[in-house]
Amino acid sequence: MKTFRIGGVHPAENKLSAGKAIQTLGLPKQAVFPLSQHIGAPAIAVVKRGDMVKVGTKIAEAGGFVSAPIYSSVSGKVSKIDTVVDASGYRKPAIYIDVEGDEWEDSIDRTTDLVRECSLSPEEIVAKIKEAGVVGMGGACFPTHVKLCPPPGAKAECVIINGVECEPYLTADHRLMLEKTEEILVGVTLLMKAVKVTKAYIGIESNKPDAIKCMTEKAQAYPGIEVVPLKVKYPQGGEKQLIDAVIRRQVPAPPAIPINVGAVVQNVGTAFAVYEAVMKNKPLFERIVTVTGKSLKNPSNFLTRMGTPMSQLIEAAGGMPEDTGKLIGGGPMMGKALVSAEVPICKGSSGVLLMNDKEASRAEVQPCIRCAKCVSACPMGLEPFLLATLSAHREWERVEKEDVMSCIECGSCQFTCPSHRPMLDYIRQGKGTVGGIIRARNAKK
Amino acid sequence: MNLILVAVLSLGAIGLISAVVLFVASKKFAVYEDPRIGRVAEVLPQANCGGCGYPGCSGFAEACVKAGSLDGKLCPVGGQAVMTRVAAILGLEAVATEPKVAVVRCNGSCEHRPRMTRYDGVPSCAIAHATYGGETGCTFGCLGCGDCVSACQFGAIRMNPETGLPEVDANACTACGACVKACPRHIIEIRPKGKNERRVYVSCVNKDKGAVTRKACEVGCIGCGKCVKVCPFEAITLTDNLAYIDPAKCKLCRKCEQECPQGAIIAVNFPPRKPKAEVPVEETKMEVESK
Repeated sequence: MKTFRIGGVHPAENKLSAGKAIQTLGLPKQAVFPLSQHIGAPAIAVVKRGDMVKVGTKIAEAGGFVSAPIYSSVSGKVSKIDTVVDASGYRKPAIYIDVEGDEWEDSIDRTTDLVRECSLSPEEIVAKIKEAGVVGMGGACFPTHVKLCPPPGAKAECVIINGVECEPYLTADHRLMLEKTEEILVGVTLLMKAVKVTKAYIGIESNKPDAIKCMTEKAQAYPGIEVVPLKVKYPQGGEKQLIDAVIRRQVPAPPAIPINVGAVVQNVGTAFAVYEAVMKNKPLFERIVTVTGKSLKNPSNFLTRMGTPMSQLIEAAGGMPEDTGKLIGGGPMMGKALVSAEVPICKGSSGVLLMNDKEASRAEVQPCIRCAKCVSACPMGLEPFLLATLSAHREWERVEKEDVMSCIECGSCQFTCPSHRPMLDYIRQGKGTVGGIIRARNAKK
Repeated sequence: MNLILVAVLSLGAIGLISAVVLFVASKKFAVYEDPRIGRVAEVLPQANCGGCGYPGCSGFAEACVKAGSLDGKLCPVGGQAVMTRVAAILGLEAVATEPKVAVVRCNGSCEHRPRMTRYDGVPSCAIAHATYGGETGCTFGCLGCGDCVSACQFGAIRMNPETGLPEVDANACTACGACVKACPRHIIEIRPKGKNERRVYVSCVNKDKGAVTRKACEVGCIGCGKCVKVCPFEAITLTDNLAYIDPAKCKLCRKCEQECPQGAIIAVNFPPRKPKAEVPVEETKMEVESK
């Protein structure tokens, strides 16, 4: 079975909610929409206090090309435009809407019928995706339309769909593939049409045999789409790892991007959002969120409106267990510890994980024993122990020379380290600082 | 015997030739260096802290000699005494400079600012700052990991375990600014030491709205602007819900300290206040009536 060639680890899968069908979560009392839910410029609010909005009303405009508009997920009244503590742990500008009823914009097709025929041109498809505020649903939140507009000189050869879901615990994509199979496949054909290619691969890890079976069967009706079962290995969901696993091509070091090797990678969640945006005229305002944890009563997958506080999801899944040590937005490997359960669900919130005290606490740091496990685990072929030490000593020039910018922050090094060294903490700092130095240098030129 | 003679002669010849080559080279490729640079460098403290803005003490010495004036040049470590000696060597006039000191502008101790989360990552402020807003509700205040302490070459900063905040020893502090650069939250500021070492400053850098700040910290600046109104010298400005006292304009009257409802303005090295007289009470009453 295929997989990527360099490094990788295999954390315990813990897919507790894999067998749980997607449930629709009730409306929140108040929905909060942070204006920066994506990579790039924050969106600009186009509503003001006291405005009435419907489900699907645009409440914020894209703040540039690399940006995305934001739509209301609820109907009601804009109560204020203030700040909210988001997943980053800092206060960011946000729109607050008090929910009244559930009135949708008339333009949205609310039927569940499958629509297959699309007469739009590639440019029109991209424009619709851009207008609907679709971003990468895997967690990075990169605006989708930007990936669909290849830079001059680069040409797409195939679309690769990420159904890997290599993060332990998370099952949102898995359930989506089982329950919205045809919609995803139509979404993939739309993406293929948008970038003018005839071939698409859907990579799915072999720990989801039901999804592989279901997708393979249905994909036969869609020419050019091939399902590729992959060996279970973390971080296969990383863009560069997935490209290597599926089409055996390696993306060179930054500033090269996947399109330079002819690949456009999109998540299954994104493919579904593209389907809804183009065929159903429905902008991105709800998503599947996995709520999980070993001590949680009822780990589940919820279809959640954006802006819902995480506390409501936790309540619906049986309430916060008493032994909760950390609340994590996303999965355990790349997710982020949150400061409060009131953080709203955003476009990139794939999961809410409640770790118990024992799991959550870091083990005592021991000296490096030079075992080089981190080197063999690194999927980018870097030397994490070296990068961490250099960052700790603030040797930025050498950190840059050792290709810190290639780090995808997957945490495999730290996961595999027998001395529990906090390597990623240091490497992230190095990456941030070197990134700043490079930007300053480019600005000077 | 013959062998020894050959050895002595040949080595002697090599030595002579080398001596001639070295002599010629030293004359031909000699670089003239102002001897005063060395003499100035000798009186500098050799801390190489970079606080003067030049790369190390020799860099500063060179800059002093070349500039021809000591205007705007100060060795923060050596202070006025060293600058006077430098001036004497160069035959220039020593420019009087105000002594400065590092000031920590956060008073959010454990008691004033309740902890809401627990940070268990690498004990470094820079990393904690990049990770999230911090253990308390205040995303601007001190993180307490002590990057400033490790940046200080003079042992002038220490963490107070009771408050969880750094404290500057004004006598040991040379105002080199290393801690200012090390602090990712820009809490530490270099301010003039002031007359009799008396200083008044806003001990807060929180730019959140008043209600948010008040919730997070008992002594945070809520941006109410009362101090701006009460200041007779227009030394206080209010930007982004945060007051700032300009040390150049402040006359140390301490009216703002009394006025601040949060106790965010701190006055150090003042004698204890006399018990309140009748006059100021009447004044405030009149003010209220006029409003």
